[in-house]
Amino acid sequence: MKKSYQSLDDNYLYNMKHVINRTISSKLLSFGFMLFLTFSISLNAQDGDPVNGKNLFNANCAACHKLDKDMTGPMLRNVEMRLANEEGLDREWLNAWIRNSSALIKSGDAYANKVYNAWNKTAMTAFPQLSDQDISDILAYTAQPKPPAPEPVAGVVAQPAEQGIGQELILGALAVLFGLLAMALILVKRTLNRFAEAKGLDVSEVKRKPIWKAFVENQFLMLVTAIFFLLASGYFAYGYFMQVGIDQGYEPVQPIHYSHRIHAGVNEIDCKYCHSSARVSKHSGIPSLNVCMNCHKSIGEVSETTLAEGKEYGVDYNAEIQKLYDAVGWDGRAYTGETKPVKWIRIHNLPDFAYFNHSQHVSVAGVECQTCHGPVEEMEVLYQHAPLTMGWCINCHRETEVNVKDNEYYAKIHEELSKKYGVEKLTAAQMGGLECGKCHY
Amino acid sequence: MKTALKYISVLVLLVGFVSCQKNSRPNYQYMPNMYQPVGYEAYQESDAFSNGVEAQLPAEGTIPRGDFLPFDYENTTEGYDLAKAELKSPLDSTQVDLENGKEMYEIYCAICHGKKGAGMGTLAKKELIIPGSYAAKDITTGSIYHTIYYGKNSMGSYANQLNENERWQVVAYVEKLKADLTK
Repeated sequence: MKKSYQSLDDNYLYNMKHVINRTISSKLLSFGFMLFLTFSISLNAQDGDPVNGKNLFNANCAACHKLDKDMTGPMLRNVEMRLANEEGLDREWLNAWIRNSSALIKSGDAYANKVYNAWNKTAMTAFPQLSDQDISDILAYTAQPKPPAPEPVAGVVAQPAEQGIGQELILGALAVLFGLLAMALILVKRTLNRFAEAKGLDVSEVKRKPIWKAFVENQFLMLVTAIFFLLASGYFAYGYFMQVGIDQGYEPVQPIHYSHRIHAGVNEIDCKYCHSSARVSKHSGIPSLNVCMNCHKSIGEVSETTLAEGKEYGVDYNAEIQKLYDAVGWDGRAYTGETKPVKWIRIHNLPDFAYFNHSQHVSVAGVECQTCHGPVEEMEVLYQHAPLTMGWCINCHRETEVNVKDNEYYAKIHEELSKKYGVEKLTAAQMGGLECGKCHY
Repeated sequence: MKTALKYISVLVLLVGFVSCQKNSRPNYQYMPNMYQPVGYEAYQESDAFSNGVEAQLPAEGTIPRGDFLPFDYENTTEGYDLAKAELKSPLDSTQVDLENGKEMYEIYCAICHGKKGAGMGTLAKKELIIPGSYAAKDITTGSIYHTIYYGKNSMGSYANQLNENERWQVVAYVEKLKADLTK
């Protein structure tokens, strides 16, 4: 790599000889010099290749080490320089440590033992397969300066606001238009009246009964109005009474803001990763916090872009991760043992007189979670998607065909019942999915 | 006139009721004592126990009924090394169900380790969690099981998400992936 850039420089120098215009040639020369300088600094400062080093680091070290944050092992940014400055340890020591740290500890090396004890006596995996060049490459990668934080994307934040303004503009314009129209009509009437007066016509209005009085005295109209109001209030009363006990759209504020959009949507984590009991039990359980910590042990902060997205929803994701750490008692390196249970608020809740079993639907029937829970992977705040009424259950049982493929349990009964009903494929209802006792007992 | 006013007031009242429904709190119920269970629900708060929750851990030293093999290896480097050296799968070749293993692997492991075990899962591609490829790892049947059971380094324990049989199925599938990778 280094060579190719140098030959690029040679090219510039070579081209220069043929260029007549001195200013251009001097510009080229300085550009070439800058190019040479840029690459020579990054390459010549260490004798390793940071690009290859990054691959090696990710393959071997990244499971326990981060560049800028302690994880299972200490952070490694500028590790070689820090060791040389603070402990006076050279590359030889690092090579020995990386290839076999436990041998170094046993040999009685003072600093090796100090590190080992400081990190809870967690032994570092030995990497005897790494060559001198490999280690140089890795150290070159760790010696790279920390990249500056990227600018938050302004366009993403501004977009929804623009939409809102657009709608308001349209509405405002319409209101102005109607106002002008009304004014024009009034003006037209006034002008016409003036014309009539000028021609000597009598335009004084005939005194009539006020309209509401005429309305009240008309018995037929009163009857129609009464019926209309009765029907309307009946409609609303029915609507109101039918939604009592239905929590569709219920969207409580949870003690820790957990974004299903990020976890299930952006990061494509399977629903059953966290809700593992949905496969095997009646409940699709709320995961215990150790499941969160499977990933959040390593992920203590979200990326800049994700943080900017969170501001749209008025959420600081990093603060929410801190809430998790507080609850689970994680001080960044180890568990303190001081835990605080999180009081999650239950959203989906069937009345006690209805039985529902998750494993029956998820594992046996193979129903997608989204069939009942809606587009969870798009929800920033989780809400109840389905009404969870009996009519809604029954409707799905009537429409859904039973998945009998690779399901021996249903083989015999499916054969007999499909003969009885004279159909190719049975719905859940035909398999007995409408029987009262299946859910109410 | 008076009747019309009455109707209008009823209507306003009804609209008022409907608009009182807020999405941040649960709706009214007709007969709450028919809706709410008498027995304890999962995760419910309870003053029956000192820690205030209904879900309790099993008493120390108890074992579940049914097919249960105790796992005596400790969660230490020594336990790991011991498991790595001697622990073998209790499943014989007929009991290994690679399809089930694959299903479980793709739910619980592939998010970091990748579907092929090359360490290129969704989270690894984003450099959030970088597990590395199975091909480069010195792992055996016993060490894979020990790692799933207790976790290792950044990886947490999966003992509560996978039952014993499922863990062994996943071990078999991981071994298959490693064999495919190093082929």
